[in-house]
Amino acid sequence: MIPDLSTTYLGLALRSPLVVGAAAPLSEELAQLQALERAGAAAIVLHSLFEEQIEQEQLDLHRHAMAGADSYGEALTYVPEPSIFHGGEDLYLRHLEQARRCLAVPVIASLNGTSPGRWVESARRIEAAGASALELNIYAIPTDPELSSAAIEAEVEEIVRQVRAEVRLPLAVKLSPFFTNLSAMARRLAVAGADGLVLFNRFYQPDIDIETMEVRPNLLLSTPHDLRLPLRWIALLHGRQPVDLAASGGVHRGTDVVRLLMAGASVTQVVGALLRHGPERLAGLEEELATWLMEHEVASVAELVGCMSQQRCPNPAEYERAQYMRAIQGYRPADARQAQGPW
Amino acid sequence: MIPNLYKLAGELTPAVLHVAARSLAAQGLSIFGDHSDVMATRGSGCGILCSASVQEAGDFAAIAARLSLRSRLPFLHVFDGFRTSHEIQKIEPLSDSQLLELMPAAEISAHRARALSPNRPVIRGTSQNPDVYFQARESVNRFYDAAPAHLIEAMARLGELTGRPYRPYDYVGPATAERVLVLMGSGCETAVEAAEALQAAGERVGVLKVRLFRPFAARLLVEALPPSTRAIAVLDRCKEPGAPGEPLYLDVVAALAEEWAAVHGAVPLPAVLGGRYGLSSKEFTPAMVKAVFDHLRPLLVPGQPRPLNHFTVGIDDDLTHRSLPLDADVEQGFHTDAAEVRAVFYGLGSDGTVGANKAAIKIIGEGTDLYAQGYFVYDSKKSGSVTVSHLRFGPQPIRSTYLIQRPTFVACHQWDFVERFDLLAGIEPGGVFLLNSPFAPADTWARLPEALRSQIRAKGIQVQQINAYQVARQAGMGPHINTVMQACFFALSGVLPRQEAFTRIRHSIETSYRRKGEAVVAMNLAALDASLEHLVRLDWSSLDDSGPEPLREDRLNGAPDFVRTVIGPMLERRGDALPVSALPCDGTWPVGTARWEKRNIADAVPVWESDLCVQCGKCVLVCPHAVIRAKVGAPEVFVAAPEGFRIAPARDPAFAGQTFTIQVAAEDCTGCALCVEVCPARDRSEPKRKAINMAPQRPLREQARGNWDFFLQLPEVPRAELNLHKIGQQQLQQPLFEFSGACGGCGETPYLKLASQLFGDRMLIANATGCSSINGGNLPTTPWSANAEGRGPAWSNSLFEDNAEFGYGMRVARDQQRQMALDLLERLAGQLEPDELPPPLAAAIRNADQGDEAGIVEQRQRVAELKARLAGMEQPEARQLLELADALVKTNVWLVGGDGWAYDIGFGGLDHVLASGRDVNALVLDTEVYSNTGGQASKSTPRGAVAKFAAAGKAAPKKDLGLMAMTYGTVYVASVAMGARDEHTIRVFLEAESYPGPSLIIAYSHCIAHGIDMAQGMAHQKLAVDSGRWLLYRYDPRRTERGEIPLQLDSPAPTCSLKEAMEQENRFRMLRYSQPERAQALVRQAQRELECRWATYRALAQPAPKP
Repeated sequence: MIPDLSTTYLGLALRSPLVVGAAAPLSEELAQLQALERAGAAAIVLHSLFEEQIEQEQLDLHRHAMAGADSYGEALTYVPEPSIFHGGEDLYLRHLEQARRCLAVPVIASLNGTSPGRWVESARRIEAAGASALELNIYAIPTDPELSSAAIEAEVEEIVRQVRAEVRLPLAVKLSPFFTNLSAMARRLAVAGADGLVLFNRFYQPDIDIETMEVRPNLLLSTPHDLRLPLRWIALLHGRQPVDLAASGGVHRGTDVVRLLMAGASVTQVVGALLRHGPERLAGLEEELATWLMEHEVASVAELVGCMSQQRCPNPAEYERAQYMRAIQGYRPADARQAQGPW
Repeated sequence: MIPNLYKLAGELTPAVLHVAARSLAAQGLSIFGDHSDVMATRGSGCGILCSASVQEAGDFAAIAARLSLRSRLPFLHVFDGFRTSHEIQKIEPLSDSQLLELMPAAEISAHRARALSPNRPVIRGTSQNPDVYFQARESVNRFYDAAPAHLIEAMARLGELTGRPYRPYDYVGPATAERVLVLMGSGCETAVEAAEALQAAGERVGVLKVRLFRPFAARLLVEALPPSTRAIAVLDRCKEPGAPGEPLYLDVVAALAEEWAAVHGAVPLPAVLGGRYGLSSKEFTPAMVKAVFDHLRPLLVPGQPRPLNHFTVGIDDDLTHRSLPLDADVEQGFHTDAAEVRAVFYGLGSDGTVGANKAAIKIIGEGTDLYAQGYFVYDSKKSGSVTVSHLRFGPQPIRSTYLIQRPTFVACHQWDFVERFDLLAGIEPGGVFLLNSPFAPADTWARLPEALRSQIRAKGIQVQQINAYQVARQAGMGPHINTVMQACFFALSGVLPRQEAFTRIRHSIETSYRRKGEAVVAMNLAALDASLEHLVRLDWSSLDDSGPEPLREDRLNGAPDFVRTVIGPMLERRGDALPVSALPCDGTWPVGTARWEKRNIADAVPVWESDLCVQCGKCVLVCPHAVIRAKVGAPEVFVAAPEGFRIAPARDPAFAGQTFTIQVAAEDCTGCALCVEVCPARDRSEPKRKAINMAPQRPLREQARGNWDFFLQLPEVPRAELNLHKIGQQQLQQPLFEFSGACGGCGETPYLKLASQLFGDRMLIANATGCSSINGGNLPTTPWSANAEGRGPAWSNSLFEDNAEFGYGMRVARDQQRQMALDLLERLAGQLEPDELPPPLAAAIRNADQGDEAGIVEQRQRVAELKARLAGMEQPEARQLLELADALVKTNVWLVGGDGWAYDIGFGGLDHVLASGRDVNALVLDTEVYSNTGGQASKSTPRGAVAKFAAAGKAAPKKDLGLMAMTYGTVYVASVAMGARDEHTIRVFLEAESYPGPSLIIAYSHCIAHGIDMAQGMAHQKLAVDSGRWLLYRYDPRRTERGEIPLQLDSPAPTCSLKEAMEQENRFRMLRYSQPERAQALVRQAQRELECRWATYRALAQPAPKP
């Protein structure tokens, strides 16, 4: 019997829990989006409309257009200025519209705004451009020692509340794991109007080049080990808040998908595996998932979702263990071998 | 082009070329405006129609099209370069419907019917023989006879549509005028303005504006003159040396001789004089007009001696005494419009002054009934360039086609200018002086030069100041103070009520910047809002100005006489006052003059940290302006160094025990920071501190000056002792290209400087027109220099199109001289006694190996000995050999230019010279765009790059010039990128120079037109190589002789994607914002081509598989 892989996420009926996560190299070109759909993507989250970058690009373009201008009689300018200028946001919206036109699967837009007003304004325009849903990518590195965590949490909540008030789109919030009490935060966001939470954002983490003594941008792709963090929190949150949960980070094998679904994820977002192995890897994941389900005589994904959440698992205390000593006591060599896996 | 004009006319092909008339390269190139180029075409058979103002240029463009189609003659529609082409004026443009009305449908159909078509084939361009050519030439006469009537018709038609009537020859003045000025072009406007002022004073003068120059309608011209005319001055804006007069003068004389009696009967023929004015945009002012009218006055009085004919006006000809004297005070009477605002703005190119002024004209011209005019004067530098904007606003039409002489408002946007220029010259009493000052008012007043303060006091000037840089920076505008200063101008000038002005500026910001994004709009609005709060009146009447005036140093102290007397005034913007005798008659200019400029344009300059430096020489190598230099010497020579002069023990074992120093010419630095970016040495405990770091220039200036002077007098390291393959040693060679006016961070000049270090003492350079000719030869000063022995590159710029051939000629001449010298040596060896010319000396000279520095030094010594022996001899051969002996020492010929030269306009010649087999070295400074003229696409422009003429991204791939040259098999070809592999660049230069045949070096040169942060220029070069977009290779025919593969691929396989590299440069990135899909497609295509090219080169660099 072929198992039923379908699931629902943010009210969207999806053919499988395999959703392409937000990453520019995966979603900037239409041809790539089409390849992902062919490979079985159930939905695609576009890369973020990143407003800070857009502002920076506008200022850069302006600066370069002015460089050297009106200085020398024979060369009053150095670049032709186009009469039509698709600012960064226009470009994103155009791309979103085109993606919607040429794909049958849902297209989820992603937004990283700069100020509360801008979040709302951009969310409206994304809705008008036809997005199937919107993922709010709320993240900043707070470095101001005067800024309290309560203020940061209130701001996140406020952004969700304001966007919710203005758009009818299904709304997911992609979160950082660094909240003092993530459970409380999840509740506040659900109350503010989030339909789903994406756990978690993986951040740009700079590295140090020890030869040149410079700080270098370094984007590391996830490994299967990374899924432990979302797995725990999905298990803890599943069934406790009225939101869908999406797992992000560390989905590389069909069994990873199985684990996260068991923890309570409605969908799993895949990025690293696709960047490493290409869009076709999605088909492989789907086959591995289906095989596992068949081998274990599970008829549908829906049966699996949340079966190992904290509320339903046989040993719920394991999810709350935090102490190193207790973890060591629970350590068994067989676990270690399994954790190494083929990677 | 000129032969094409003959063809166009000969075949009666309607066509209109709109020409901004400019000077021609003679004793020097000039880009500025006069009629030299137009007059060179006057025999072509093309019609020439001249407009005199911006409004006329628009109107005549349409008239010329109708005229050409109806008359079948091709027309040049000409207007004055810069004065008209670059002036901003309030005009009434023709509407589309008016234009349509003017286009003759029947003639367009007839024109199409005459076109070549295989459906009705004909033959044109036959070769005609003595039997018929002459008659055929005469067959067109009726078309020329009919053309003036077509012009009258077209002008009348336009007049009906617009209410602006014109005539082929427009006389302006009273019907009783006795003295008439005849001229064409923008000078007509000034002449009319001045004549009207003279008429108001009772003088019987008039002006005849010539619109139709070809076909010259003599009868119409004479009919336009009032019969009262007794004396005529014809002014030409060109010079035709050796002619009996300039072209317009000769034509007017002929017209009068032929037609006067027929038109005006027995009225005596007027006397005619010819004069020249306004060459190369030289100012033409009402005072000059008056001087010409005055010059005619004796012709009205019987018995007076005839005044000088073929005079000049506007210069001081103290050599042949042909210039007319000017009355310096005469301008007083010519500005009667009290309501006119005349504003002069002194700014930098980089601060946005000109852009702000253009916006101000737009705001006033478009939004009010006022007339507006703007004209902008730029200097000859591309870094730290000074701009002077001349803006007039008023209720009456503005006809003053000359710079403002009596401003009502002066703005100084840069504090440093208060000492450099006579800012308040001619300012009207009670005028406004707006100053961008970093100081508080009292301090500002105390720091102003007394000359300026006394002008302010004497004329009761209202002084206002603002710290514009502070306001702009706070608003996020960086160094662009345009919006801030524009706000202050509107607040102070009274052109518009303040509130209305600000509403209009706000609207202007929103409309001009909206499409560039909210962030740009917001930044400008923030600057606008903050401006007025910071504008303060400097109430000088209450301030003490008794303090001592700061001493002004004489920067030309110790300079050669020519620099002091000729270049000095040019540097102070007083070059117009130099007399004819001051200037070289053949354009020959001394070398090494840039060092006297001391422009002090950098806010920050590099400072060397002697303790951290690894003495690698990279900062010295990349410095585009040769302001960072290194020397090594015995510790004793540093004993007398000024306090604070930094030194370090030399690290290179070759200089064990010696002392090393790096010094910075802080006053010549542009502050580009390229040096800091390439510095590899860091402080381990604080890595942000490198071995060279930028620091504010002003506090360092005095100390750096003393250090630099001491550094210059330190002995140079003997060249023959240096290992040129080690950058640290090679960079000890003295650069003979220094302090050019190139852009800060220029990617071209490091290559030129390197060549000057390696070979400068034996270099002849033929430089194609382009950035390198402007950096290399734009007056007042030039960067090419000589060493202590007086040797250095001898440089000349011919044209864009003939540079390779020009240099080839140098090579041929030098080879011929060398051969003559060898022949003479041979003959003398047979004639002279061994003690007069020792046979071993002659043999050593003949057989000298000059393959390296040491060999050249030895040959120079031999030649010196030979010359010493020849000096006293009487034999004709000995005297001749004495003259030619220097040719026995190796001389390199370098053909230098950009991609516009080598890939495009000069390609045919370059190809010809490469094929010749002669020993020349072509250095192509490849910026992948016509940089000097503002970024037009060349065949070197890569696919996907946005450039002028490729605004949608260039659709064709970059031409592979190197591969084409390799097909000869006899040309040394190399491709380099200094920022990717500097030692490779040096190796290539050495190999190219040593190759005894033609060499071609294609050098990747980052450029301001690429839209990059110029401080990162070298990193962009590396990225070009890392992505595979630019290959490093050497093709050396000598390797073939040794049985090796001639091509060596010196760059590795691409390590990053082309897309990633292209994203880093605005020229590629901006296409995403206008045509995103096209941008993606072009990148994909370019990536495929890159892979294919890489595979091709890799295959060529590998041994061919055995068959």
